[in-house]
Amino acid sequence: MAVKVINPGLSTTVQDLGRPGYYHLGIPLSGGMDRFALRVANMLVGNDEGAAVLEAVFMGPELEFTAAATVAVTGGDLPPKVNGEERAGWEAFPVKAGDRLSFGFLKSGARAYIAVSGGIDVPVKLGSRATYTLGALGGHEGRALKAGDELPVGEGVQGKGSVPEALRRMPGSPAELRMLPGLYWHRITAEAGQRFFADTWKVAPEADRIGYRFKGGTALDFVPREQPFGAGSNPSNIVDACYPYGSIQVPGGTEPIVLHRDAVSGGGYMMVGCVISADMDLIGQLQPHSPARFVEVTMDQALAARADRQAALARVRAHLGL
Amino acid sequence: MTIRFSFGGDEHIFGEVSESMSLEAFFTSLSMTNAVRAAGIKGVTEICPANASFQVKFDPDAIKPDDLLKELQGMEAAASQSDASLQTRIIEIPVFYQDPWTHETLMRFRERHQDPSKTDLEYAAEINGLGTVENFIKAHSSQPWFVSMVGFVAGLPFLYQMVERERQLQVPKYLRPRTDTPKLTVGHGGCFSCIYSVRGAGGYQMFGVTPMPIYDPTQKVSYLQDEMCLFRPGDIVKWKPISRDDYDAALEAVEENRFEPVIRPATFSLSEFNKDMAGTNAKLMEALNGR
Repeated sequence: MAVKVINPGLSTTVQDLGRPGYYHLGIPLSGGMDRFALRVANMLVGNDEGAAVLEAVFMGPELEFTAAATVAVTGGDLPPKVNGEERAGWEAFPVKAGDRLSFGFLKSGARAYIAVSGGIDVPVKLGSRATYTLGALGGHEGRALKAGDELPVGEGVQGKGSVPEALRRMPGSPAELRMLPGLYWHRITAEAGQRFFADTWKVAPEADRIGYRFKGGTALDFVPREQPFGAGSNPSNIVDACYPYGSIQVPGGTEPIVLHRDAVSGGGYMMVGCVISADMDLIGQLQPHSPARFVEVTMDQALAARADRQAALARVRAHLGL
Repeated sequence: MTIRFSFGGDEHIFGEVSESMSLEAFFTSLSMTNAVRAAGIKGVTEICPANASFQVKFDPDAIKPDDLLKELQGMEAAASQSDASLQTRIIEIPVFYQDPWTHETLMRFRERHQDPSKTDLEYAAEINGLGTVENFIKAHSSQPWFVSMVGFVAGLPFLYQMVERERQLQVPKYLRPRTDTPKLTVGHGGCFSCIYSVRGAGGYQMFGVTPMPIYDPTQKVSYLQDEMCLFRPGDIVKWKPISRDDYDAALEAVEENRFEPVIRPATFSLSEFNKDMAGTNAKLMEALNGR
């Protein structure tokens, strides 16, 4: 069984839950940006939640199946069609040999997850099938899909069911991204910190799997200091350090960048804190120009939000009888 | 040095050993990360040393953030007193300085540079008071460098000069980062040099290219079959200036997968280095050249 790529869409990659353990070498986790949607797509087709799926951004691909399978599309509202006939998102549907899966225009969100029963069976690299395009690692030949690619699919149990809107998880507008201040937060003035949370930011066009840039807020004022040896001359420079996932760096104090699943693992810009783990999925569903706010939380609130996200996944499992 | 700890969201602890760069800060960071690895703490998923800081990623469902913080704080005293010595490697990296590919790239991004009328090497030579590009290349390539961090992108080494602070070459990064850097560019920003392991964005000044692959996701290059990434923190590097002909010959050897890098075992002791930098570096050169 295989999936043939007729048209790859804008940038469609093979993703799973990622590749931990190599960040100290600069190889990031990778994996689906919206892991909630990725897990649910797999649940719907009877796969393990961490099986490899296709992640499509803004525009869907066109695919042809060489054998019968069950398919589900979750995440952003990118309407699936089988041989031109619309299917529901967040719902398992069957395909036959020779059927073509295509997509209508994106109505909301940014990324769709296309799961096929059996899972996309590209080779495992360093423990994962996820694509890390910058490092040409994993996925299908280390890159986004191209027309003419053929992806092997594993043997799979066929799932069923659908997930109602109330059980899904998508960002609001403006998106509220909860963040724990820290790291180099002390480098900015108290007033700059207040404005950072008060401002409504907009997602910049430079928003991809490495990171999301935000613009439109007030530039940060730094606490004056003599720059330490080796840091560089700009007040936003630090001696090159590790970058956590979700960390918010502000080069030059102007436009915050939130690092995501294909993060650069380190560099010389100060960070004001991190978006909490529970809200990383939501960033993956933001389109350029959409509004967003950063909301300050404590560690206890971050852990409670993490538990809420896990409970939301548990509700989906219960709903699907898994 | 007292480590400043901070949580990076609910999944990371960040430890800053020092705001400024020094080999002392690097060794404390390396000792801390070695201690964390040796402790085998449940829930720790990534352990990343950096130049003068480090980061530990963890699963807060397996260990409470405050409990992990206490464990790390408990290791601090031992890490900062540990003997800063290493059994390591010295690696020779051939560099074609002033190559046509980084030159073409730097000309495309002149408007993002501090001094659009000069090349990156001319600018670096001037602001370091070295007069000519030739003098700068000599200063860059005559002493060994210490790999104090691996990262940014896959397998990229950050390299710190093994000379007195007054003699260190310092060059600011581009005013605005480039969107393109040739693969295997030797760059420099602040007090660090680096080798860009993949083509992509970058803000460091560009001095040359090496023909020697340092990252291979296909694991076909003979010396990268076990590990995709050549460098580890603690490696020592010696740049070897080469000509266009040497570069072309090395590239041909790489393409036929018969390129053999010069890599020799070496020992490094920070206290000995601080006592006698020239003597330590001379011994490292002996280890490299087998004399």
